[in-house]
Amino acid sequence: MSDMIYEIRDLRLSFPDMAHKPLFGAAPRVEVLKGLSFDVPKGEVLGIVGGSGSGKSTLGRAMIRLLEPDSGTIRFEGTDITHAEESALRPLRRKFQMIFQDPMSSLNPRRRVAGIIAGPLRLQGVQDTQSCVLEALDMVGLPRSFARRYPHELSGGQRQRVGIARAVALRPDFILADEIVSGLDVSSQAQVLNLLEQLVKDLGLTLAFISHDLSVIRRLCSRIIVMHRGEIVENAPTVQVFDAPQADYTRELLQSIPLPDPDQVWA
Amino acid sequence: MHDARSTMRRPIGLRLWLSGGWVTLLVLGAIFAPLIAPHDPLYQDLFAGRMPPVWVDGADPNFLLGTDSLGRDVLSRILYGARLALTVALVAGVLTCLIGATLGLIAGYYRGWVDMVISRLVDIWMAFPPVLFAILLIAVLGTGLTSIIIAIVVIDWTRFARVVRAEAMTQGTMDYVASAQVAGRTRFGTMLTEILPNVLPTILALLTLEMGIAVIVEAILSFVNLSISTDAPTWGGMIAEGRTSVHQAWWVLVFPLITLFLTVLSFSQLGEGLKDYFDPVLR
Amino acid sequence: MSFLDVENLTLRIVRGPRILRAVSLSVDQGEVRGLVGESGAGKSMIGKAILGTLPRAIEVVSGRIRLDGTDLQTLSARERRRQIGAQVALIPQDPLTALNPVRRVGPQITNRLVDILGWSKDNAQARALELLDEVHIPDPARVMRAYPHELSGGMRQRILIASAFAAEPKLIIADEPTTALDVTVQKQILRLIKNMQAKHNTALLFVTHDLGVVSKICQSLSVLYAGKVIEDTDTRRFFAGPGHAYSQALLHATPKYTDPDDSLTPVPQQVIDAVEAEVAEFDKGLGA
Repeated sequence: MSDMIYEIRDLRLSFPDMAHKPLFGAAPRVEVLKGLSFDVPKGEVLGIVGGSGSGKSTLGRAMIRLLEPDSGTIRFEGTDITHAEESALRPLRRKFQMIFQDPMSSLNPRRRVAGIIAGPLRLQGVQDTQSCVLEALDMVGLPRSFARRYPHELSGGQRQRVGIARAVALRPDFILADEIVSGLDVSSQAQVLNLLEQLVKDLGLTLAFISHDLSVIRRLCSRIIVMHRGEIVENAPTVQVFDAPQADYTRELLQSIPLPDPDQVWA
Repeated sequence: MHDARSTMRRPIGLRLWLSGGWVTLLVLGAIFAPLIAPHDPLYQDLFAGRMPPVWVDGADPNFLLGTDSLGRDVLSRILYGARLALTVALVAGVLTCLIGATLGLIAGYYRGWVDMVISRLVDIWMAFPPVLFAILLIAVLGTGLTSIIIAIVVIDWTRFARVVRAEAMTQGTMDYVASAQVAGRTRFGTMLTEILPNVLPTILALLTLEMGIAVIVEAILSFVNLSISTDAPTWGGMIAEGRTSVHQAWWVLVFPLITLFLTVLSFSQLGEGLKDYFDPVLR
Repeated sequence: MSFLDVENLTLRIVRGPRILRAVSLSVDQGEVRGLVGESGAGKSMIGKAILGTLPRAIEVVSGRIRLDGTDLQTLSARERRRQIGAQVALIPQDPLTALNPVRRVGPQITNRLVDILGWSKDNAQARALELLDEVHIPDPARVMRAYPHELSGGMRQRILIASAFAAEPKLIIADEPTTALDVTVQKQILRLIKNMQAKHNTALLFVTHDLGVVSKICQSLSVLYAGKVIEDTDTRRFFAGPGHAYSQALLHATPKYTDPDDSLTPVPQQVIDAVEAEVAEFDKGLGA
């Protein structure tokens, strides 16, 4: 029981479709997650892959309860958090953290780096925030002097490191990384992915890595969930997904990736 | 890589200097009016009526900007008029801002039924014709400083509520708000510590704009004699008097008008300038 | 002589640092040239300079842009706009903001033909229908009457491609045209651009940050770092083994799922230092 970080059963979530709202009455609902079930064992690095509109980000946000599902259950370390109130979630929040896609919008532009990293620490009642902030900066390989800078003074890769520092500073059990390298240049992508790989190893983290790009996660993830139109079409170990994909959609995804190789036959 | 875009710097604008300078000058003039005003603004000297400003032939060097038809010193009256204008601007501006911004912030961030109630209230409120509303209010409350301020606040809080609500809504969709929630911050805490600082430059710009509007409203009300007692020097009152004798003594009309114009312009420019200046992100 | 010839183009932020450093490149009729670089390398600025749509804060310090042998700088502003309008088209990055949301799709394609090239409305209409069919849009007549928000991202990008090719331009500048799309859609769009380009024998300048995409569509490429062309070569030679250490590092950093151990390698600091030194050396040579 306790070696599972997440147990998710028949998870459903829908949004109101404002584009088709009638003049009177409620808007029709669009089902974004159509009954998902999977487990995340402790220590696993799970890749969640899919195109835009596949529901992958919605799934991520439901897992850390930024969104409330319609039905089904989400158990985090054995606790049912499917419909938990915000006040009940608060003590759990230090155990699951999130790194956001766009570090520019996820870092408050009016705060210095130190304040951004210290925010969650203070809320969770950590006493010596100062040293925790510096330690977190060390962990993500940023100079300590960056503590006094503002987000807009940093490069994209550095900003994303601040986002990572904020997430790991609390020493959570689980981190959700939502498209965290898709806005970065390839050179920063590589650095951020290596850093994440290192942190997973050092801190014994469980990680869910959401991406639209299968090719960036091969080395990082041990298992991959492929999503398409709100459903899981494939849930398999990484090697199998790449070498013997079962679902048609997975095959299509793989064949669509442009390899940096002019000889690749692009059927 | 060194990205050339990051080295672009925004200079402190000329308009911030100019508008800030004028407002500072006016504030100092208003505060120290009893010390620096060359004459008593109420003192009438019928023998020295309609004296032109010093650089015109036949002027009396004692009256820098000339005198009105009752022989009162125009410069002194402008200085004392600034006291009333700025008091109204400050008090009415701040009160309007506090009420409107608070409601707008709550509506924009909390959304849902709170937003419904506040927004509908704003819509209904804005359907009243504002000038009629003001005159009606003053008629009920009676003339006087407090009435003017109340009239401005009651009419103009909706402006803040609307703009701040829109801004808070945009900020509310940003990921740093979600990240505060992930960190376990309460809704109210998030509003104060994450949203408010990001909406503040907008509020500031609106506040100075509102101060300019307050000055105008006060002038209009004095123009139609609905402000404070008719004797007391007000810019609007001076303009009203100057209008009747503009062919004989243009300066009685022109100087208060210029002062009013510069003041309102400065307030609006000051707001825009400050907004840029306090924004850490180049947009 | 090539159709597009950019020679020693240097741009800078007004009273600020340089953003392009003596960039030279050329694109032949029928050639697809990739323009590769990381964000901030100035690759989009080259396209903007050619199209004459540079932001006001950026000025041309020196350089020449020739279109079919004509030096654009020697033309009057009006004649220059006319030449560019007739010969050059753009496929923009974001298909959402590139189409006006309150206007129907059809007029947005035909207006250019009618206004700039003086076609008759009927001709333009017929041409638009033909092109939408060419970019594989089902039921073109219906799509012409649709509003942009009624169409998917891939569909919108197809329309922008059709609209770019509509006036039979000699040169198309594609500014990251597939970055906002899913990989499956990207594949279709790239293939479409490639086919259209080959069929119309257009010169294509393809701006991208993705070497994978370059290998699929370009015959030649220029690698940009800090506004300087550090490598100018043909695609096969590049992927066989880039000449410049920075290009090499860039290639090793590019994800390649078939070879996970030889991809996503960070660019080594000494490579960055070396190329930075090269840029600094160049600036010193210009005396500033």
